[in-house]
Amino acid sequence: MFAVPTLFAVSIIAFIIIQLPPGDYLTTLMADWASQGGAVEAGTVAAMRERYGLDQPMYFQYYKWMAGILMHGDFGISFELGKPVTELIWSRLGFSLLLSLLTLCFVWAIAIPIGILSAVRQYSISDYTATFLAFFFLAVPDFLLALSAMYTMSAWFGQSVGGLFSAQYIDADWSFGKLLDFAQHVWLPVVVIGLGSLAALVRIMRANLLDELSKPYVTTARAKGMSELELLIRYPVRLALNPLISTLGWILPAVISGEIIVSVVMSLPTTGPLLLRALLAQDMYLAGSLILLISVLTIIGTLVSDLLLALTDPRIRFQ
Amino acid sequence: MTDITHLPPATEPSLDLHNRDIAVAGQWRLFWLKFKKHRIALLSLVVIVLMYLVAAFADFIAPVDPNATNARFTYAPPQGLSLLHDGAFHPHVDQLKMTLNTESMRREFTPDPAKPLSVGFLVPAQQPYTLLGFIPMQTKLFGLVDPKPGDSLYVFGADRLGRDIFSRVVHGAKISLSIGLVGVFMSLILGVTIGGISGFFGGWADIVIQRFIELLRSIPTIPLWMGLAAAIPVGWPPLRTYFVITLIVSLIGWTSLAREVRGKFLSLRNEDFVIAARLDGMSEIGIIFHHLVPSFMSHIIATLTLAIPSMILAETALSFLGIGLQPPIISWGVLLQEAQNIRAVAQAPWLLFTPAAAIVIAVLSLNFLGDGLRDAADPYESVS
Amino acid sequence: MMRMEDDVILKVEDLATSFPTRTGLFNAVDGVSFALKRGKTLCVVGESGSGKSVTARSILQIVDKPGRIDGGSILLARPDGSITDLASLDPRGRDIRTVRGKEIAMIFQEPMSSLSPVHRIGTQIGETLRIHFGIRGQAQRERVLELLRQVEIPRPETAIDRYTFEFSGGMRQRVMIAMALACNPQVLIADEPTTALDVTTQAEILSLIKKLQTAHGMAVLFITHDMGVVAEIADDVLVMYRGKVMEQGPVEQIFHAPANAYTRGLIGSVVKLETKAEVRLKRAPIPEDAPPLLDVKNLSLTFPSGLKAVNDVSLFVRPGETLGIVGESGSGKTTMGRCLLRIYDPEVGTMVFRRPDGHSVDIRTADRGDLKDIRREVRMIFQDPVNSLSPRKTVGQIIAEPLKLAGMKGREREDRVAELMQQVGLEPAWRERYPHAFSGGQRQRIGIARAIAVKPRLIVADEATSALDVSLRSQMLDLMMKLQDELGLSYIFISHDMSVIRYMCDRVAVMYRGRIVEVGDTDQVVHNPTHDYTRALLSAIPHPDPRDRRIHKRFRYDAAAPVALTHPLPETLDLS
Repeated sequence: MFAVPTLFAVSIIAFIIIQLPPGDYLTTLMADWASQGGAVEAGTVAAMRERYGLDQPMYFQYYKWMAGILMHGDFGISFELGKPVTELIWSRLGFSLLLSLLTLCFVWAIAIPIGILSAVRQYSISDYTATFLAFFFLAVPDFLLALSAMYTMSAWFGQSVGGLFSAQYIDADWSFGKLLDFAQHVWLPVVVIGLGSLAALVRIMRANLLDELSKPYVTTARAKGMSELELLIRYPVRLALNPLISTLGWILPAVISGEIIVSVVMSLPTTGPLLLRALLAQDMYLAGSLILLISVLTIIGTLVSDLLLALTDPRIRFQ
Repeated sequence: MTDITHLPPATEPSLDLHNRDIAVAGQWRLFWLKFKKHRIALLSLVVIVLMYLVAAFADFIAPVDPNATNARFTYAPPQGLSLLHDGAFHPHVDQLKMTLNTESMRREFTPDPAKPLSVGFLVPAQQPYTLLGFIPMQTKLFGLVDPKPGDSLYVFGADRLGRDIFSRVVHGAKISLSIGLVGVFMSLILGVTIGGISGFFGGWADIVIQRFIELLRSIPTIPLWMGLAAAIPVGWPPLRTYFVITLIVSLIGWTSLAREVRGKFLSLRNEDFVIAARLDGMSEIGIIFHHLVPSFMSHIIATLTLAIPSMILAETALSFLGIGLQPPIISWGVLLQEAQNIRAVAQAPWLLFTPAAAIVIAVLSLNFLGDGLRDAADPYESVS
Repeated sequence: MMRMEDDVILKVEDLATSFPTRTGLFNAVDGVSFALKRGKTLCVVGESGSGKSVTARSILQIVDKPGRIDGGSILLARPDGSITDLASLDPRGRDIRTVRGKEIAMIFQEPMSSLSPVHRIGTQIGETLRIHFGIRGQAQRERVLELLRQVEIPRPETAIDRYTFEFSGGMRQRVMIAMALACNPQVLIADEPTTALDVTTQAEILSLIKKLQTAHGMAVLFITHDMGVVAEIADDVLVMYRGKVMEQGPVEQIFHAPANAYTRGLIGSVVKLETKAEVRLKRAPIPEDAPPLLDVKNLSLTFPSGLKAVNDVSLFVRPGETLGIVGESGSGKTTMGRCLLRIYDPEVGTMVFRRPDGHSVDIRTADRGDLKDIRREVRMIFQDPVNSLSPRKTVGQIIAEPLKLAGMKGREREDRVAELMQQVGLEPAWRERYPHAFSGGQRQRIGIARAIAVKPRLIVADEATSALDVSLRSQMLDLMMKLQDELGLSYIFISHDMSVIRYMCDRVAVMYRGRIVEVGDTDQVVHNPTHDYTRALLSAIPHPDPRDRRIHKRFRYDAAAPVALTHPLPETLDLS
């Protein structure tokens, strides 16, 4: 139940980020409106000051903000777009979540077999190749990968890459056609976001498995007359997966980070571009809410991974 | 014990052992002996040293001023440097001939083999400059021997304003590589202090610090960095921005170091040899500096080395997004801003791939180096 | 066609197994031959590095990487009457797998790490049945329960669904044995199965193996370094040293008429520890009324977990005396020793220490300055010769450290270090070397030199010889007694090994679960124990004389029920 204080701490961090830019956003807003030639009625400003408690001390503002979120689901207003934050974020947050989950599945599905192969055939050509590729992809930042992928697709295959849907499907209802279109678009971002974490996981899986392979219980199982393949899957691989599950705690933040920056490059309809735009425009309620929600999702994910680990490892369950 | 079956020969280190050298070899010597076996790490060390030398002597190595624009050579392609001309040693590039493609309305450049431009080493600089900030210099490592208007030397091509990508990447190394070092230095101070407090005092301080570290690590870094970096006022002087960005990227880096230090403190505190020192009458401060610090120094160096690449990557990502360092500062991330537009990249892929190669080589080498250092960090496992 | 005598089930000839290393091939097993007879026990004995364990593993071709069998044959008589050379089979192939676990089963030294921590024990035992007979489901469960009953695990119905970490060491080894028995093998290979266990648990496991061997008619190949165990259980003995067979023959002959010099040395060093040290016979008795150097009363220490590690302990040491503390793992003996130097802070009791000037200090409440002085007079020797020396300092620096902290400088300190090294049998020229250049015994000498550097009066030696091979053990003890005479030392000698205590100590205190259950003169405690636990402990110790086998007739003690039980000690399930 460590999650509650963590969530509290995260909300404070998000609030600090909202407060960081100099001046309060009403000043920014008024300057904005003024520059567009619109006159601001004194009454509106006063009402908004009242609404967000801007004349009150810091902790009170924080209280107002949190109370709005927790009681009414009200995250405040995006000043730049003039809409409530809630209207803007949910579909984008949904796509972010979906993209992250797909990436996680992809990473795990690929990393485990490669890691196993690499460990079992230690110092073979395939091991060296896997190791080198892993190091390489650890060294390439994901936005570079995204750019290179887009360049490759457009220069060699003549395809433009971007978005999660073709134009005709963007506002269409979900259908088989749309799903297919989605699948055609989504694989590239998934691969691009996932490669870095994939590389890390391959390294971890390989190291874990090498550790487990030299443990005495492997010899015991061999002495029972078990075949090498069954032995591998039932014992060392099974045990090597446990520490891998606990890596979810940092893979998930990494994937979400990657998702944000890759989405900016590939202009995907997720939180990434929205967050960047909000930050550049100093639209702080929108940015703060996004950071808060992304972090909350991550913490929930970490919590799930802890539960998962307890489920698979009796040693942790019995502690 | 089962170890009998694993390591038969070395378990009995009789003194007629292969060399008496090992017997009197201290920690750093053993460390080096073990590190040396890791060939790729050794190679990476050489690469890293070279890269930092390039960064330090950027003004000398870059043939032209990285900010010098030349509208004539917008998106000029890399000019291949050949060493031979007509069978004789004569380093040169071919002059670029520019034509305007009327269909696409783009400039097209073609090298003209008939007009070789001599490239020489240690040529006089166009303007005098100061190396490392205090040595006045008149010479560049290489450049056109006798530049005339209309001649160009773009080893890795030119950007939108006709600036030399090679010179820009070399200058970018100064910022990008030093951010890693400065950031690591900050991490070192934060990590060792906080981790040391956590491990040494234990109890409540330890719990609070560990929870705090867990919290920091559970927040996705990019949005956090973005939020903090975006708060930097645009009008700030470059140097201040540089330091704040460094501070932001080291915000996460110190946590792994703090954990390492704490873990070592905790495990070493109850080692018999530390207890023995305490019984000998050594003070706690003495124990820290005589026993604990030497024991985890090598681990700290390895962890720090592995932290540098993540900081380089962080700076690059932030600058790329336009919320990190801003032009006119030149860093690899700032260079990549130019490559944000995929159409520009399609026309001039060197905008993307030259800085990208620099980043990948630097990060890859640092990772290999760190890996090698970490493997060698505990040299006593294999010796006895 | 291969032929074997009728009663031989396994015949190993000229077996050679090697490990490639950086400096060339290391021959772990070098031309070993022996025959294992049906229903008999063959003990392979040797010190660490003798290749005994590799020999055992070679038979099933499960030598750890990168080891491999280079030559020789391993002939196994199969149930159908044919003979198979196991050495010629593919180690990953189907043929060898039908032998493993079914015809030849194996148990290992570390039952904790030799069993998977994330699988239920029922699954791990049942697996063997599935692999070899295809028995699954309820039938498998029934058979596993029966096996658990055979190895006398209490409450098999619940134990079957538990994990290894919920059991104590002895229970885990029973699980291993159940697993090995699953397919009724003809041969059981036991690779140091009791080394990691306490002596009373060891006795239980040895009896169990013996009982099952008789019931199933198995041949047992028993690997051990402990001559006492050999004498208790072996029919035949094979002595190994550095990969080669030194001598083999019936147990009687090996113990009472050893032909080989190495065997004689080995038996000699074991038998030597069965008696009182010669040095001690010549010593004048310590006067009964001599005022104690250290007088401990009602000492207690409770760990934060609530465990009473030291519970109302009282003892004293007279000047020039050696007090032994004997107990099994978890008895609190090490914790108690550490309390004496205030490494741990006991919360109750007094530890009155007589300073050279005659006045007394209570160590428990001593202030910083006093404690610093006391720690120069009371020193410690550690169990682990690897961990207790900083690998980053030269031997000279290690020995000089207490001198330096006592304020000794320059030439004088250098000379003192050289003198100390000579005193403990080390070349002063080695002072520039680092600990990694020394063997276990030499490192322990370095530890002793550090302990005596500041001329202490009392030394707490915590299992100072347990990490050493038996042949080195008596040397180390002799060295300690020599120093005792030269320097007028007193020792508190903590050990789990009764023979070491008997050799070295004037008086002995027996610890059990944090308490001292009995204190007395060593002779009296060894020959006439008054407490039941002491009797159980003493009777469980294997005696290195095959003519006097006695652990099967041992006395059993259970703290919960002080009456000796008819069935074996039900070790409690460890559910912490």
